[in-house]
Amino acid sequence: MSLPPFQRFLDDHRDLVWRYLAATVGPTEADDCFQETFVAALKAYERLPEGSNLRAWVLTIAQRKALDHFRARGRRAVPVGEVPETGYDDPPPGEDPVWARVRALPAKQRAALTLRYAGNLTHAEVAVALGCSEEAARRSAHEGLKKLRLELHA
Amino acid sequence: MTTDRPTLPPAEPDAAAAAAARFAERFGARAEVGYAVLDSPVGRLVVAGTRRGLARVAYADFHGGVDAVLDELAAALSPRILEDRARMAGIARELDEYFAGRRTAFDVRLDWGLTKGFGQRILQATARIPFGATSTYRGVAAGAGNERAVRAAGNALGANPLPIVVPCHRVLRTGGSLGGYTGGVDRKLRLLALEGVLLDAG
Repeated sequence: MSLPPFQRFLDDHRDLVWRYLAATVGPTEADDCFQETFVAALKAYERLPEGSNLRAWVLTIAQRKALDHFRARGRRAVPVGEVPETGYDDPPPGEDPVWARVRALPAKQRAALTLRYAGNLTHAEVAVALGCSEEAARRSAHEGLKKLRLELHA
Repeated sequence: MTTDRPTLPPAEPDAAAAAAARFAERFGARAEVGYAVLDSPVGRLVVAGTRRGLARVAYADFHGGVDAVLDELAAALSPRILEDRARMAGIARELDEYFAGRRTAFDVRLDWGLTKGFGQRILQATARIPFGATSTYRGVAAGAGNERAVRAAGNALGANPLPIVVPCHRVLRTGGSLGGYTGGVDRKLRLLALEGVLLDAG
């Protein structure tokens, strides 16, 4: 099976990528990351081996773009003493408030949780996306969930 | 939030579709192949082009639908295909003018990448037949440098990737009968009528 035309790849994955990015960087910032994700995907598309897992591949790119976004935001921020790794913003209306808390988690936990639950990847696919072992991906997701539970039940 | 794990954020199909449309509009020019689907008096057309020029005109219904045409282009040219109406605006305008009777020749640049060898020479000979005139399979074979290659001419015309623009509808059987057409003979008749060609009965 050869690669589908890029337009079809875009149409088939736009909902997933949007949902993943809305959870990861928030709905207002999702569009920039969405555009950057598919620009990078278009550039690399032809070199993709046939039979690749397109869903895991595009979420791997989206994950990197989300990370770039958090880094850029970190650089723009004015230091004010002790701050969490990323800011905790109020969730936009209509969103499960848990995602705003997910965005405030440390980078690895955030990435593992969003890929697993917003991107619906398996732990093995998350591991490929993050360049770590499956065990490490599982651990990051587990630690993230544990932290969320503590916060929510506090 | 009472469960142990985050639930999926709500699907926002409209927001995702709008983001995808913005992407195709902003970055369509970066794709190897751009395409548009056009309505015309002879049915829906898929037009596709590369940086070099127009590479494909397909009758959507006759070639298995838009998806089948895109699959064929992905395999033959590149899978880096995006809808790109801006790139296809020139040929869209020229086709509109042609069907409105205000244009007798196409000026867009052509990419002959989907043709090769003798077949390409047949089609290039066909491209020289003027509006309102006709030739024969033997005639275009001669134009390509071998007037005995009538069967090869028929095959090349049947596989013409640029119908209408490379006017294979202007090629008739020796003796004046219609012959076949990529897209069906009804369309061949329609295009010839548009150009004012009167056919002998039979």
